Amino acid sequence: MEPLERYASLLSDFDAFRAACERPLPSVVRVNTLKASIERARDALDAEGVAYEVTDWHPGVLRLEERGPGTSWPYFHGWLHGQEEVSALPALALDPQPGEVVWDACAAPGSKTTQIADLMDDTGVLVGNDNNLGRLSALRHNAERLGVTNLAVTNQDARNFSFKPFGDRTEAENRIEAFDRALVDAPCSCEGTIRKNPDALDRWSLEQIKGIVGIQKGILRRAIQATRPGGTVVYSTCTFAPEENEAVLDHVLDEEDCEMREWDAPAGFETDPGIAEWNGETFDPAVELAHRVYPHRNDTGGFFCAKLEVSA
Amino acid sequence: MSDPERDAGDGGGDAGAGEPSGERPENDGQRFDRIPETADERVVPGRPTREEVVRWWEERYEVPPETWDGHTFWEKGNGKLWAFAADVVTPIGVEGLGMRILRARQEHWKPSTNAVQRFGREATKNVVVLDGEEATTFARGDDQDLPRWEGDWGYVIAAHEIAGDSEASETPRATGEAGDVEPIGVGLYLHGELRSTVPKGRREDLS
Repeated sequence: MEPLERYASLLSDFDAFRAACERPLPSVVRVNTLKASIERARDALDAEGVAYEVTDWHPGVLRLEERGPGTSWPYFHGWLHGQEEVSALPALALDPQPGEVVWDACAAPGSKTTQIADLMDDTGVLVGNDNNLGRLSALRHNAERLGVTNLAVTNQDARNFSFKPFGDRTEAENRIEAFDRALVDAPCSCEGTIRKNPDALDRWSLEQIKGIVGIQKGILRRAIQATRPGGTVVYSTCTFAPEENEAVLDHVLDEEDCEMREWDAPAGFETDPGIAEWNGETFDPAVELAHRVYPHRNDTGGFFCAKLEVSA
Repeated sequence: MSDPERDAGDGGGDAGAGEPSGERPENDGQRFDRIPETADERVVPGRPTREEVVRWWEERYEVPPETWDGHTFWEKGNGKLWAFAADVVTPIGVEGLGMRILRARQEHWKPSTNAVQRFGREATKNVVVLDGEEATTFARGDDQDLPRWEGDWGYVIAAHEIAGDSEASETPRATGEAGDVEPIGVGLYLHGELRSTVPKGRREDLS
């Protein structure tokens, strides 16, 4: 719990924050509307006697009262996907549209990727990338189980992602050379997952964070470069560390052609603004448009989510 | 743009231009190649055509041909066919492209569990409707005696009734009263027995 003490100065209700971090998370599922309407999925759960509570902020995000999501017919049919509640935010911030070309830079195991496919109504091209080949099989398995057919899976280092497989710099009419939107759900120190995995902070150190920050900056910079002017890039992590959040945004605002954009979290979901100062370091004040999610606000895991627009 | 199937050869586009038949392009198992529209356009020997794939789903399960209008078809590996909801360059060196829908290049083509769950809702033929206990047995991956089936032998769509109406489903209802039936997966029906082909990673004990 020691690393979390760093955030006492950010929170007037730090005791509530710490108490929430010690409680386990409920089992949450998202309805996959590519295969069933929210109403039908809920009817099927009712018919099986699986008790659930609809979250305050999303009719398709359900908290199960008891058993895991796997042991029910609606899950077997791919109508439901087990997904931590707070991790449904970045795809909503990304707001992908049917027919667009969208990149999920760090996609495996695919909860957010399949949510993006759902929001695109399984049309357009969704490129799900991950540098870990082993985790890609989980991504493919989840996507196919949920009935997704617009996903192209790639295995590249997102920091220098290449469009070459997609016909970049050829004469092909159907080549892809830029994305309309990109999600960077970056590898991070995972402080916000402590409720799911109590060992999450065992390897925590400032040195480790400094190492990850370089990767985060590299992936986010590439996402901005690979997205067309006017396009949207969403940056998210499951950690509280400002070094991995606001400082990374501050860096790309300096180095790349992009601007922070305001995004309202869904009604009923409470977030805190990004912080413009940390340990004597000041950031571009625009980073305050980002969202910090503390576990005690909505009884979820911890999270960070920011929306950027690529400028011309 | 040149013909995609023709571009698929290893020779970088000049394959088949008067070369000996021994150097005809072969199926490259490591990448996704778009399959030809018709037999006339076939370059890679043995590669199924889009026309054949669409017709197979229609003849076997009465899945309407227009079901596939929004999808391109691809081959990777030996006879593994994939459906992708968009148009991209061919060949394409990616790890996955849409959904694996069908195993071809063998005497009896076999649809995948995921394809049947997604596209089998349109099916009206060779759909075996299971009751609650039979459905549970099937989802667990177990084989079972099912002497009442009088349809075709071979790969069938196993389905069951589940709450709520599906707008997509055209399957005749089992009893006429409950909701539409929903495809569970692919069964192999032989000699009065329904074998479950639900892959290990998808099996579930739902009893």
